Amino acid sequence: MYALKWKEKICATCPSADCLLKCQYMSFAGHDEAHGEMMKVIRGEDSRVLHECATCYACEEYCKRGNHPFYLISERREEKGLFTAPRPITNQWINMTQMQGKCMAGAVKDKALSCCFIPDLGILGQGEIFKDVAPAAVFGAEYMCPAVHTHFARMSVIKERLPKVIENFVKLGAKEVICLHDECYGTFTAIADAYGIDVPFKPVYYMDFLLSRMKEMKDRITPLGIKVAYQRPCSNRLIPDKYPLVREILDLIGVEIPDRVYQGENCLCCGEILRSVSGYKLADDVQERNLNDMVASGASYCVFNCPACQSSLSEKVAKKGLKPVHIIDLCKMAIGEKEREVK
Amino acid sequence: MRDILKALVEIVGERGVSNTPEELWFYSRDPGVLTPHLPDYVVAPRTTEEVQKIVLLANREKIPVVPMGNGMSLTGLVIPLKGGIVLDMKRMNKILEVNAMARYAVVEGGTSQGVLKAYLQEHHPQLRHSIPDAPPTTTIAANAALHGQGRLTQQYGFNSEMVTGLEVVLPTGEICLIGSPSLGPYWFSRGPTMPDLSALFLGWLGTTGIITKIGMRLYPNKKIRDVELFVTDRVDLIPHILYKLTHLEILEDVNVWFQPKPLVFKGNYHITLYFTGDTEEEITFKRRMIWDTLQEYMDSKDGGFMSVQYMKDMLMEMPQRGIADFADVPKGGGFEYSGPITIIEHFPQYAAKVVELAAKYDVLYASSARLISGGHCMMFSISFAFNRNDPAMMTRVKHALDEATAFALEMGGIPWKPNFMEQKMTMEKMDPNALKLLQMIKKNLDPQGIMNPGNWEVNP
Ligand SMILES: Cc1cc2nc3c(=O)[nH]c(=O)nc-3n(C[C@H](O)[C@H](O)[C@H](O)COP(=O)(O)OP(=O)(O)OC[C@H]3O[C@@H](n4cnc5c(N)ncnc54)[C@H](O)[C@@H]3O)c2cc1C
Ligand code: SF4
Ligand code: SF4
Repeated sequence: MYALKWKEKICATCPSADCLLKCQYMSFAGHDEAHGEMMKVIRGEDSRVLHECATCYACEEYCKRGNHPFYLISERREEKGLFTAPRPITNQWINMTQMQGKCMAGAVKDKALSCCFIPDLGILGQGEIFKDVAPAAVFGAEYMCPAVHTHFARMSVIKERLPKVIENFVKLGAKEVICLHDECYGTFTAIADAYGIDVPFKPVYYMDFLLSRMKEMKDRITPLGIKVAYQRPCSNRLIPDKYPLVREILDLIGVEIPDRVYQGENCLCCGEILRSVSGYKLADDVQERNLNDMVASGASYCVFNCPACQSSLSEKVAKKGLKPVHIIDLCKMAIGEKEREVK
Repeated sequence: MRDILKALVEIVGERGVSNTPEELWFYSRDPGVLTPHLPDYVVAPRTTEEVQKIVLLANREKIPVVPMGNGMSLTGLVIPLKGGIVLDMKRMNKILEVNAMARYAVVEGGTSQGVLKAYLQEHHPQLRHSIPDAPPTTTIAANAALHGQGRLTQQYGFNSEMVTGLEVVLPTGEICLIGSPSLGPYWFSRGPTMPDLSALFLGWLGTTGIITKIGMRLYPNKKIRDVELFVTDRVDLIPHILYKLTHLEILEDVNVWFQPKPLVFKGNYHITLYFTGDTEEEITFKRRMIWDTLQEYMDSKDGGFMSVQYMKDMLMEMPQRGIADFADVPKGGGFEYSGPITIIEHFPQYAAKVVELAAKYDVLYASSARLISGGHCMMFSISFAFNRNDPAMMTRVKHALDEATAFALEMGGIPWKPNFMEQKMTMEKMDPNALKLLQMIKKNLDPQGIMNPGNWEVNP
C-alpha cells in the first residue's frame, strides 16, 4: 500500500502555520495555537482539526513548504475511524464510483481526453476546440480520479483505486491524458506525487490545452466584452500554479474579471460538500456570501470550471441575476460556436 | 350467446362491444403475474344509463360484470375470473364540474388521472388532486375503489378518503347517489352527517356496484414544489425519523425506499421528502425545518442529505415514471408489488422480509413505502421484477408475493389491492363476525353474485 510522503521536520520548524491560520472554516488565536494543532495531527493525537475541518482542500494551497496538510488530516481521520460526512453518504460515494466495467473509451492513440465520471464533460469536450481529441474521449469509473474520497477521509480508497485508473489509461496506450476536470489533473500530479504513485503518461491540464487552442484560433475570436465572476473549485487548490490560466484565457476572449473579495486564495467553496459535511447552515452562509460578492463585483456571468460546482450553484446564481456558464462554453461563445445566453 | 351480443350492441352501439378473439385475449390479462382468463364480451359504455342497461341485462342473463379502468392495479383485479363482460369504463371520461371555492371536482367513472391533472392545470392552476404514481391513464374511480394513495396522501389520507360523493349503478341496476349529491346539487360530502354509504363501494374492488360519477376533493396547488433526499444505513432509525418528520406537519409527501441496484443506492434507506410553498421564503423556511429536525442524525453520522440535483427532474415528476424503470432491470419488463398497509414501527421487519424473500426466490427487489395521514400508517410496497418471457421467474415472483402477504397478515397489516387469493387469506384471518357482516352486505347488494365474481369470496 502506498503511504503519504510527509516531511515532519518542515512542519516542526514552520514559521507561518499558514495551513491552519488561513483556514476559512476554523479560527485560531495565532501561530502557536494553529501550529500546535497541526503538530497534534502529525503526531497522531486528537485535535479539533480532525473534527472541524470542512474539507475545502485549501490548506494544500496555503502550505508553501511542500507538505500536504489536507491529505494528512484525511489520513489521520481515517486511521481514527472518523467520518467527515454521514456514514451512508460516505459509503454511497464509494459504492457509486466503483468500477463495474461500464466505461466508454473512444479511439485513443497517443492522446486520451478524460471526461472522468461526469457526463457533462463529454458534451463540453466536443466541437471545434476539441475536434482532434474528442474521438479519444474516455468516460467512466474506470477512468475516474478517486480524489473525491478525500472529502470523506477515505484515503485508502484513493490508494487502492488510483493505480488501477492509471493502469487503465496505460492499457489504452495513452501517452498523454488531457484532463477536463481539475480533480483528475490534480490527482495525477499532486496526489500521485504525494503518495509516490508512478504516472507513466503525461497529464495535460485542460486549461493549458484550451489556451493554446484559443491562441491557434485567435482570428475567429470575437471579444465577448462581458464581466464575469469566477467560481474556483476546491480541486484547483491541489494545483495552485494553474490558477493564473483562467485570467489568461478570459483576457484572450475579451472577458473581464472584476476584483472581488472571494477570489484567488480567498475563494469560497461551491458549498455542496459543506452541506454534506457540516449541514445547511454553513453551506447556506458560504453560498450567500459568495453569490452576493459576485453580484457586488458587477459581473453578469458566473464562470465555472467544475461541472459539480456548476450543478450545485447554477440555479442559485441564476436567481441572483447572473448567467451560469462553463469556461469552455464561454470560449465556444467567443468563436461563435455557441449562443450567448447559455443556461 | 348471439342474443346477448345483439342486446349489448343495442345498448352501446357496435363500436362499443366486442367478442373478437384478439380483443378478448387483450382483456383477459393484466400486466401482473396472475393467470389470464378470457371474458365473453368487452363492452365500453358512454353513459350511466348504458351502464344501467348492461347491468340489468347481466342480471337477467346471470353473467358476470367486471368493471375496469385502466387494468393497471397489477393484481388481477380486472381479470374476469369467471368470464362474462369486462366493462371498460374509459369512454366515460368527462369532467363534469369543478367547484373551485369548495375545492372539489366531479368526474365520470372512467376519467383518468391525467385528464383531471391537465384540466386543472389549464383551468384551475391553483388547485390539484392527489395523483398516484401509477400511469396517467389509470382512472380516478378505480383508484378510489381500491383505496389508492397519491401525492397528497401523507397529508390528507387515502385517496378514497378524499371522495366527496358518488353516483353508483348497483348490482341490481338501480342508479344511486351517495352523500350530499343525494340531497341537492352540491358534491361536498360523501356522507357526513348521514351514515357514510360510500363505504359500501370503496375497497370492494368493483364487487358492490359500478361507480359512474365520483366527486373528489381538490387541494391548494402551491406555486413551488421542492424535494430533499435523506439517507441512512440504519433501518432501525427509520420509524423515529419518520415520526420526527411527520411532527413537522409541513410535508407534502414522504416516501421511503431501498433497492440494491444501481450501486449508488446500495446499503442505504432513502427518504424522499416533498414540500411546497408559494414563495422562496416559504420553501427555505420549510427546508430549514426539515434539516433542523434531522440534524441529530447528521451529528451522529448515521444519516445525511444527499444531493438531489441529478435526480431532481425524475423525483419531481407527477406521476413519477422512474418507478417502473425497475421492471426493465432483469429484461422482459415485468414487475408486481404487494403493498400491505402497516404501522410505521414495523418498517425494519418488513424491510428485512423483502431482502429475505428476494434471496429465497432469487428475484430482484425494490421497495418503497408511502406515509399515510401524517404517519398513522404506511403503504409498504414489496416489489419484484420479472421477465415476462420466463414463466419460472414469474412463478417465483408469485410465490414471493404470496409469502409477503402471509407475512403482512401475521404482522397485523392489511393487504392492499389484494388478488383473489390474498383476499381469501385476509378473510380467513378476519374477525368472524366482521366477515359475516361483509358477506351479508355483499349478498344483499349483489344477490346474483354477478359483480366481479371471485373477488371478496371465501371460496373464489
Ligand atoms: C408503475 C405503477 C405505479 C403505481 N403507483 C401507484 C400509486 O402511487 N398509488 C396507487 O394507489 N396505486 C399505484 N399503482 C397501482 C394502480 O395502477 C393504481 O391504483 C391505479 O389507480 C389503478 O387504476 P386502474 O384504472 O388501472 O384500475 P383497474 O386495475 O382497472 O381497476 C382496479 C379495481 O377497481 C375496480 N373498478 C374499476 N373501475 C371501477 C368503477 N368505475 N367502479 C367500481 N369499480 C371499479 C376494478 O374492478 C378493480 O377491482 C401503480 C401501478 C403502477 C403500474
Ligand atoms: S503543513 Fe505547511 S503550513 Fe502547515 S505547518 Fe506544515 S509546513 Fe507549515
Ligand atoms: S481543508 Fe479547508 S477546512 Fe480543512 S483544514 Fe484545510 S483549509 Fe481548513
